[in-house]
Amino acid sequence: MKAIDNILECIKCTRSFSEQELEENMMVCKGCGYHFRLPAKRRLEYTVDEGTLTEFEGAAIGSDPLSFPEYKDKLFKTRNELNITEAVITATGEIDGHKCVVCAMDGRFLMGSMGMAVGEKITRAFELATQKRLPVIIFSVSGGARMQEGIVSLMQMAKTAGAVKKHSDAGLLYISVLTDPTTGGVLASFAGLGDIILAEPKAYIGFAGKRVIENTLGQTLPKGFQTSEFMVQKGFVDKIVHRKDMKDTISALLDIHKGGTEL
Amino acid sequence: MTPYEKLKTARMQGRPTSIAYIEHIVDGFIELHGDRCFMDDASIIGGVGKINGIPVTVIAQEKGTDIESRMERNFGCPNPEGYRKAMRLMKQAEKFHRPVLCLVDTLGAYCGVGAEERGQGFVIANNLAEMIDLKTPCISVVIGEGGSGGALALACSDRVYMLENSVYSILSPEGFASILWKDKNRAPEACEIMKITAQDLLSLQIIDGVIDEPEGGAVLKSLDLFTKVKSLVYDEFTALMKLDTDDLTALRYDRFRKIGCQMQKI
Repeated sequence: MKAIDNILECIKCTRSFSEQELEENMMVCKGCGYHFRLPAKRRLEYTVDEGTLTEFEGAAIGSDPLSFPEYKDKLFKTRNELNITEAVITATGEIDGHKCVVCAMDGRFLMGSMGMAVGEKITRAFELATQKRLPVIIFSVSGGARMQEGIVSLMQMAKTAGAVKKHSDAGLLYISVLTDPTTGGVLASFAGLGDIILAEPKAYIGFAGKRVIENTLGQTLPKGFQTSEFMVQKGFVDKIVHRKDMKDTISALLDIHKGGTEL
Repeated sequence: MTPYEKLKTARMQGRPTSIAYIEHIVDGFIELHGDRCFMDDASIIGGVGKINGIPVTVIAQEKGTDIESRMERNFGCPNPEGYRKAMRLMKQAEKFHRPVLCLVDTLGAYCGVGAEERGQGFVIANNLAEMIDLKTPCISVVIGEGGSGGALALACSDRVYMLENSVYSILSPEGFASILWKDKNRAPEACEIMKITAQDLLSLQIIDGVIDEPEGGAVLKSLDLFTKVKSLVYDEFTALMKLDTDDLTALRYDRFRKIGCQMQKI
């Protein structure tokens, strides 16, 4: 998305809209239906009942295990620019009155990558949900594991997957919503483990990046490869849901599962 | 050795691959093929046998030893069916209360059209979640290269060991350099930063121990090394098998749970 004096241009069809016009349409392009990437806070506003959101672990922030050059500066700068502490917001809230744990990733924060802070926040979110017997909803947007934290980032995949498993074994519902893009180590851990996996239309969803596959194979990839639609066809995503229907769909699923956990 | 030299040693022609370890460590090994779903993946060898009389399941990434076998084994880069086979055999081991030995040696999970079509990311996610809760003891040994989620999918174990000259990382150093600096030729530099060596990972408390190799690195004739790995695995299995299943899985969860949980304000 390119901003020119509050005029935003769709990266897919290059049509331009005023910010207000886009906001009225939940940041979906009126021309081609492209779902603009959403800041985590706006995602939560669209999903959670007004006045019910309580963010937790707001202060849980990361570390620099590799002493990676300029990484700390980059974290500081990103935090100040975006006014969020890390690439995910974890919270409790209500969706049409259904109490749940809701997490939204933010793709502007180092590509929504998962380092120890994201891994820890997601893990705590599942542990809290298991303890309080709440369903979990996660909106993922991520380039994968955070390279700057090296092997420690990789281990967050195991950690979060373990926390999802405990929540699942307790008979609780986890809805994973894949948004543009959800890739690499995030798809290959908590995002790929939902009881129900939803996706926004035309989102890029895959384990390996397109460029990596093209380099491996030395050929261009077919059109539509690694999209939400492709993943539904291949049997890995349950349903594609337009942004305007997302809250209603999640709410209906929560309602259906409510009976099951109370019996 | 510098980290980059270790990477080269880990990939060196003539370094023992999983086949050699299985031959020297496991008695009466019977290979079991296939994921019961799509096909058999030759980059992962699975099967059953005994170590000093204890029945075990072995799941091992195999890179191949010459051009022909490397092609056949897809250079040790598993497709989703390889990970499904691994999980099928882990579940089988759980059913029969057999401990599981995983040998890790891969550049990473295969990046290809078929791999994506068959859900590489989803399959690895499932393996992580299931393995971390597997109700039987698991030990992983990184014998060469442990690359990314493709290695981790066989390494959510009670104990993770690395050979002295093996490496284990978030991504291959070439991939890392390519993502961060758009230049895969900066892999040697990436090696210096990434903390990929067994010694680094031990100090970060990612692994439980380092297995010494002979001077210059392991070769096929390193019989002492195979004996050392065998007795280490046997001793660990013997100790882990005494644990109550609930304690075993709780300890394994905590093993990974504590990695990166103490965050400093930076």
